[in-house]
Amino acid sequence: MSTWRVARLIAAKDLRVERRSKIVTNQVLPFAGITMVSFAFALDKQNVLDTVAPGLIWLATTFSLLILVQRSFSIETDDGALDAMRVAGIDTRAIFLGKAMALAVQLLVLEILLLFAAVVLYGEAIQSSGPVLAVVLLVTTLISATCGLAAVGTLYGGLAAGFKGSETLLPLLTLPAVAPVLIGATKAVESAVGTAGAVVSEGWQWVGLLVVFAVAFGIGGSLAFGPLIDE
Amino acid sequence: MEDAGFIFGSYFLTFATVGLFAWRTIRSGRKLADQIPDEDKYWL
Amino acid sequence: MTTIDPARTELQPSEPPLPRRSTGTRVTRAVGIACLVAMAWLVAFGLGFSPADRDQKESVRILYVHVPTIWLAYLAFVVTAVSSGLYLFTKKQSLGWDRVAGASAEIGVAFVAVTLAVGSMWGRLTWGVFWQWDARLTTTALLFATYIGYLAVRRLGGSHQQRAKRSAVLGMIAVMEIPLVHFSVKMWRSLHQEATVANLDGDTKMDGIMLFSLFVGVIAFTFLYVWLMLHRTRAMAMEDMLEDRGLDDALVARRAEAAAQQNGAQ
Repeated sequence: MSTWRVARLIAAKDLRVERRSKIVTNQVLPFAGITMVSFAFALDKQNVLDTVAPGLIWLATTFSLLILVQRSFSIETDDGALDAMRVAGIDTRAIFLGKAMALAVQLLVLEILLLFAAVVLYGEAIQSSGPVLAVVLLVTTLISATCGLAAVGTLYGGLAAGFKGSETLLPLLTLPAVAPVLIGATKAVESAVGTAGAVVSEGWQWVGLLVVFAVAFGIGGSLAFGPLIDE
Repeated sequence: MEDAGFIFGSYFLTFATVGLFAWRTIRSGRKLADQIPDEDKYWL
Repeated sequence: MTTIDPARTELQPSEPPLPRRSTGTRVTRAVGIACLVAMAWLVAFGLGFSPADRDQKESVRILYVHVPTIWLAYLAFVVTAVSSGLYLFTKKQSLGWDRVAGASAEIGVAFVAVTLAVGSMWGRLTWGVFWQWDARLTTTALLFATYIGYLAVRRLGGSHQQRAKRSAVLGMIAVMEIPLVHFSVKMWRSLHQEATVANLDGDTKMDGIMLFSLFVGVIAFTFLYVWLMLHRTRAMAMEDMLEDRGLDDALVARRAEAAAQQNGAQ
């Protein structure tokens, strides 16, 4: 069986587990929504919210990522499933890719919902000048940022999985690592929605950064994942 | 010297931190060394 | 795994307590003295002989300690990455490399903390603010957080080899991350259109005696780094030995227990 096929099977497994348990739908998505509402409490002025809305979307995404990763790996460690997969001789790259893909799907759903929340709660709207390009920018940003976040999350999730203190270790490791995504994705979305006069053309360099990040952690992660869970 | 407070303060902060770090390293080294026979210390 | 025979470490009642040699050797004493001399030199030049700067006035003196600490931090993290790689990719996978990586990261984190603290004092004098979100400061702050995470991973527990492998992988990832973070922060700040409070470029034109003072500072802190590394790696080796001895003791006790049970059952 090719690595790719195994990865798809693992991703399908993770998503099936989610479909049956509905933990993400019932707990993580509401958490993200409440985070968006909490931001409005803390940053009470409408013009402030307008300006920082793109950043808030990605902040909420990043915090939710931590919980999603915890969940993704708790289903493995609870019954020793990760070890079972290793013993069955499954290539660790396939495990990494599979779990990252499942995580990416869940993240994408989350981000789309957060975008809607931003539209409703903060009054965000797509750029009026060149809306089509802006939407293309937005979609590319979402995909590349998500891939980067999923790669980092899966890598560090695997590193911390199953150890005492891993719940608190994961945020400490992940947040500095995803700083480039936070910066780049925020800036790109700002260009897409036209915050503070940003134009769509400015957004593409940030997408470039996000792509480089995703590729770096995608490749680095699949290589590093093996030694990390091979105990 | 103007701003002497900040300047002497930074030198003091640097050396105090470094000194504390060094002292703790030496102290832990001594405590550990008392529990290990000299034959096992590869640096001697 | 280094094992110590517990019998040898317990003192016989008739023998007087042996003075146990610690982590110091002739080399560390020499390096230590060189370090102290260089530090004294640094203070003499930094606070005394070197002149005030034309623009920064006396606050330039802070740079003579601030710049060496960050350079040594960078050196320390590079050493961590290199020894992490050596641990992972050499056939023997000697734990010595793991200890070098760990000790170097500890020292690096301490140096970055000092850099940030002293740097903020310099910033207060030169820029009027303790902190700015420019590329260099932000990246340094993230660097600090990243290696705090590295140290936390080293404390996760498990066998020495597990700790070594995990932190070696992280050590190499962290080094890869740093240019990514640096580049993105630079992009972020270079597009920052708002007028900044003060001149963000902290580099002063230094000449002659000022450059020399800086040079002395780098030498002094390099001696310090070497001295700390020697002591800390040796201490870490002993920590590992003691942990192994604890494990051996537990195994011996367990086997004795099992044997006693067997004898009792007969």
